[in-house]
Amino acid sequence: MIEMQNLSFGYSGTDPLLADMSLSLQPGSFHFLTGPSGAGKTTFLRLCYAELLPSAGRMSAFGQDVRGLSRDGIAALRRRVGVVHQDTQFLDHLPVAENIALPLIVSGEPVDMGALGDLLAWVQMAGQARALPPELSGGERQRAALARAVVMSPDLILADEPTGNLDWDMSMRLLQLLIELNRSGKAVLIATHDLNLIRAAKQQVQARVLRIAGKRLQLAGADL
Amino acid sequence: MKKADLKSLDLAALWRGLTRPDPAGHDRVVPPTGFTAQLTVFSAGAMAFLAVFALALALATGRLAERWSSELAQTVTVRVSAPEDQIDRQTATVMEVLKTTPGIAEARQLPEPEVEKLLEPWFGPDVPVEALPVPRLIEVTEAAEGFDAEALRLRLQGEAPGAVLDDHTRWRQPLVSAANRLRALGLVSLLLIAAASAAMITLAAKAAMAANGQVIRVLRLIGARDITIATAFVRRFTRRAALGAAGGTLLGMAAVWALPPMDQAGGFLTGLGFQGWGWLWPLLIPVLATAIGFAATRWAALKILREVR
Repeated sequence: MIEMQNLSFGYSGTDPLLADMSLSLQPGSFHFLTGPSGAGKTTFLRLCYAELLPSAGRMSAFGQDVRGLSRDGIAALRRRVGVVHQDTQFLDHLPVAENIALPLIVSGEPVDMGALGDLLAWVQMAGQARALPPELSGGERQRAALARAVVMSPDLILADEPTGNLDWDMSMRLLQLLIELNRSGKAVLIATHDLNLIRAAKQQVQARVLRIAGKRLQLAGADL
Repeated sequence: MKKADLKSLDLAALWRGLTRPDPAGHDRVVPPTGFTAQLTVFSAGAMAFLAVFALALALATGRLAERWSSELAQTVTVRVSAPEDQIDRQTATVMEVLKTTPGIAEARQLPEPEVEKLLEPWFGPDVPVEALPVPRLIEVTEAAEGFDAEALRLRLQGEAPGAVLDDHTRWRQPLVSAANRLRALGLVSLLLIAAASAAMITLAAKAAMAANGQVIRVLRLIGARDITIATAFVRRFTRRAALGAAGGTLLGMAAVWALPPMDQAGGFLTGLGFQGWGWLWPLLIPVLATAIGFAATRWAALKILREVR
């Protein structure tokens, strides 16, 4: 789905943040991405959904070179990649249910209210369907963000520190939802620095752990 | 970052999005902006109201200039002032001279009732014209080929010293120039109003889009196409401009219609307004305002979207 070959990226022209990265994300795979704060985890995810373009190297998404994508092509790519952003990114004037259905609305797809209700129930948000995002707790926002990320039934789910502000119980709940999605065939990539979360996940799924260190992507050791 | 490719935002696609109903609720993705919305409607209305008057002024002054010009070109007056015992003879001489002057189609001495009517604004009705030393007035209609005014003036001076040829040039020409200038000013005012409307709608749209930068970013992140985002904004602002302009135009037309009628106002006000099919002209103002709103918002949308990948 996502192929990177010797990819580099830098916000300034001279000093790259990420260098010489190669990776292949396969359907149904489960990856964690770790690394210290500021290492470039979020930047790596932004490259995956083409919010940023690589400075050097090759990257293709679903068989297409991301550099050659038109703006509509980028929009189409993002409909195949569900993203749970660190800061959730909701439209505060719309109720939770509409925020979750937003990818369908802007794509012109019909909104199946029954399926939307099931999705809300799956993330245990049925009671908050009419609430506005600012009224939600941190855990509720993350679960609503996950629901929005999967509403288009994407092939790949990217989650950026999805448990960053959650307590352990809530983190486990969210992890279970992501594992369920992976078992249904979706590829999952979670950027996190929470090693306990990674250990808990590895007890249930075959997960590869990648680490960004010294600007490069490495496969993490067996201790994880 | 590579320069944004916004080819999908072509005019036809946006126009289709504008005229199509919105059952999917795309417009709801843009947060409501109550005060800005009211301000846009009010400004568009005020501009349209002013545009109606500028249009009325331009049309009226156009008609006035045309009327005065044509009258100037076609008629002159010969005034005969002479002692009582000579006035009949000099008038007859003038009539004879006029008959034999090439380029004059018709010469007619104004009868006393008509002279009385001319004097009525100053002396009131039932003026005893015969008791007053009022000069004789001869209305001369020029033929298409025209006549030599200087030669006629010299001939009259020789044969009827009390006759004065007045070709109205001295007082009509400045009025015609003034009317033409007024018409030009009216048209310039229309252009300025259109430009100010465009600037105002662009500013409002740009401010709204800048204030909704985060909304636009979120929409792009979840896979919204540029056309979907732009349509939501363009639709909202174009409709506001259209609504405001329609209201302002109707009010302006009602105000023009309510101007004092010709017989009461007289003078210049006689022509200020629309006549016959001319009432259709102001109906173009909301159409134009809609087009301006559409173009201005599209421009603002393009500018903001270029900054968001």
